[in-house]
Amino acid sequence: METTVSQRSASMMSKKVPITQEELLKYYRDMLLIRRFEERSGQLYGMGLIAGFCHLYIGQEAVVVGIQAALQPQDTVITAYRDHGHMLACNMDPKGVMAELTGRIGGYSKGKGGSMHMFSREKNFFGGHGIVGAQVPLGTGLAFAHKYRGDGGICTTYMGDGAVNQGQVYEVFNIAALWKLPVLYIIENNGYSMGTSIARHAAGKHLYERGTAYGIPGEEVDGMDVLAVKAAAEKAVKYVRETSSPMILEVKTYRYRGHSMSDPAKYRTKEEVDNMRQNFDPIERAKVLLISEFSVSEEILSSLEKEIKEIVLEAVDFAQKSPEPEASELMTDILINS
Amino acid sequence: MTLETSTITVREALRDAMAEEMRKDPLVFLMGEEVAEYQGAYKVSQGLLEEFGSKRVIDTPITEHGFAGLGVGAAFAGLKPIVEFMTFNFGMQAIDQIINSAAKTLYMSGGQMGCPIVFRGPNGAAKRVGAQHSQCFASWYAHCPGLKVIAPYDAIDAKGLLKAAIRDPNPIIFLENEMLYGESFRAPVGEDEVIPIGKARIVRSGKDVTITTFSFMVGVALKAAEQLASEGIDVEVIDLRTIRPLDEQTILDSVKKTNRLATLEEGWGFAGIGAEISALVMEEAFDYLDAPVKRIVGVDVPMPYAESLVKLTIPQVDWVVDAIKQVCYRS
Repeated sequence: METTVSQRSASMMSKKVPITQEELLKYYRDMLLIRRFEERSGQLYGMGLIAGFCHLYIGQEAVVVGIQAALQPQDTVITAYRDHGHMLACNMDPKGVMAELTGRIGGYSKGKGGSMHMFSREKNFFGGHGIVGAQVPLGTGLAFAHKYRGDGGICTTYMGDGAVNQGQVYEVFNIAALWKLPVLYIIENNGYSMGTSIARHAAGKHLYERGTAYGIPGEEVDGMDVLAVKAAAEKAVKYVRETSSPMILEVKTYRYRGHSMSDPAKYRTKEEVDNMRQNFDPIERAKVLLISEFSVSEEILSSLEKEIKEIVLEAVDFAQKSPEPEASELMTDILINS
Repeated sequence: MTLETSTITVREALRDAMAEEMRKDPLVFLMGEEVAEYQGAYKVSQGLLEEFGSKRVIDTPITEHGFAGLGVGAAFAGLKPIVEFMTFNFGMQAIDQIINSAAKTLYMSGGQMGCPIVFRGPNGAAKRVGAQHSQCFASWYAHCPGLKVIAPYDAIDAKGLLKAAIRDPNPIIFLENEMLYGESFRAPVGEDEVIPIGKARIVRSGKDVTITTFSFMVGVALKAAEQLASEGIDVEVIDLRTIRPLDEQTILDSVKKTNRLATLEEGWGFAGIGAEISALVMEEAFDYLDAPVKRIVGVDVPMPYAESLVKLTIPQVDWVVDAIKQVCYRS
């Protein structure tokens, strides 16, 4: 039988990584949830139910799912504004995330934050930040707090390839190395800083080398392969936790959609996007592996697909039925009463 | 009952406030440039490294944006950082983290993400240090919801308000003044007094005219008031102490009594604290005014270096005297 394109690309996945069917099925499910959630977010944006800036994670799902799989419950997570996937991967409730996108009281920020500004203390997710690069000092501060308290946790600080050119990133690379802070910097390199390709915005060969001057080790990994990401993350997390030192992991990924909903992405070719979708899609690759290596049946996969569709539809339903915040909410949460 | 008093400098008062709060709460720590081994660029943190060790008194590289953001992240995680800027002029490098991260995140998170942090350090002009080291940032920070802004004058307030700031669960901008660090004031001995944020103080009662001011300029206002007293004008001097939230009631009550108001600040006038107070009084006490409000402000130029020009830039006692006479129609 002739192998399909996706079977060939799946065969390139990191099969050396020991993995159980149950684990792979979970990663597949987590990635699929993000994909379907984001597709629905895009629809709701088109319908005018979501407004403002909205940055979809479609294509990058394997990054956050692979990284989160390597973390422990006490670890903290922070990222920038392309954050829906991170929240779902932190086990935040899709209903609360979607309701925040629609600006409703049932949202994680009671409708006051929106797509870029969501948080869950309970799930150790510290945002959701709209200023490119600002989350990097904040995440380094979370790592400082882990060390100060001696709680054994680490902070995973995500940034895009655009953020690595911000000065404050290097200010805290220096401090994190100097003070030996347990922070794992994840550079999600999707090849574009908004509309400017990496070749046009970043000097040097590799982003994972950006900590070299500070003695911060860096590695790169294929971000379209959830098993490779997970394996690299486990190694990196172990290093950060055991040495209480920073490390950089550059995850090569790709976003299928524009930078935000208003971006028609004319700075790249259709062929480039199609190639990534058809040959490197992280979800398709995991699916093929589930079938070929673990003989997971089509029935199981389609019932999973159905279950996820239900979850997303419930989230959409909740996000439409949850009321908009009352006027009385306007002047709350500005300061804590002391 | 008379309390036993002793003299204490503002510098010592600030140090004592931090030390007392650090003894009480292990989550409080101090970081900034030269705060530990050097004992503070202006020696405000003298002795703290020795008492609390390098885990809690931390020298940072010269990297304001980085360590301010790191402090905000630590505060999100529940620690209580005191971040010292060698001066607030350098804090301008960090203003994105102060406004966008520290001040706004509680709101953007629907109340989840408190940020108990104090940014402190000298603000405004010192002696002939030129334009880049001489700016008053009171109106910049006071402009923003989500922050509290404090600017004490004397040692008792410096200590009591800094203690309150450290205990407060919100991000605080604590504006000190280099020229006041070495000034001595009488203070009660052994008092562990916390002074409430948001309360102005009438430092001199008077019946003819009110002047509002803060920080170093309180001393200038008091000198002017003394001089005016000899000329038969009885000035009420209000030390705002907190700029945000502003103690509107104390200002309005005073204006309703004296019917005249001058405002004094060393910063520029445009969109300044005096402009805000002037608008407040026009909106809330217009009918009580017997004369237009007069603003006394720093001249609208970058701070010069030459002594002859500096004197023409920062409000002087005789400017205040002249302005108050104008408000009282006595010029």
